[in-house]
Amino acid sequence: MTKADLVTVIYERVGLSKKEATEIVEALFECIKNTLAEGESLKISGFGTFHVRKKGIRKGRNPKSGAEIQITPRKVVTFKPSMQFRTVAEKADS
Amino acid sequence: MTKAGLIETVAKRVDGLTKKQVEIIVNVIFDSIKNALAEGDKVEIRDFGNFRLRSRKQRLARNPKTGALVNVPPKRVPHFKVGRELRLMVNRQGN
Repeated sequence: MTKADLVTVIYERVGLSKKEATEIVEALFECIKNTLAEGESLKISGFGTFHVRKKGIRKGRNPKSGAEIQITPRKVVTFKPSMQFRTVAEKADS
Repeated sequence: MTKAGLIETVAKRVDGLTKKQVEIIVNVIFDSIKNALAEGDKVEIRDFGNFRLRSRKQRLARNPKTGALVNVPPKRVPHFKVGRELRLMVNRQGN
């Protein structure tokens, strides 16, 4: 499933035009990204929580040359699915 | 931020839709992602990230209260892999 499929679902189920549906799908993901870019977590009940986690400086290794390098501190986005999401996904076929 | 705040932010961004309509659509979107994964499908949102299922093997665990061994059957868990653009956005200078 891609963004285009989400647009189709909204078009079919909510009755917006494809143009309007595209606009709102884009707006939703832009708003989520902006929220996370501010360092703020986002909790969607029944779906899950997006967290922004701070990672400290650590040592790593270039896997090719074996040279030791510093990995700079950074922020990462993690997603924790809600119990309800985990429950519906747990028996999905491979 | 919670879903209510997100809906409000989205409603401000798009013209001609009430907050109620935006709420319905936002719910449809998250439900669609959930349903796709429940059916074993994956969801790819460019510049945002991908939702996929990861497989967990069957394992033996212990009930922390009683100490009894319990069998945990194999299962699949939703996983989000952050996309390139979002990964760069959260690390931009000044945040």
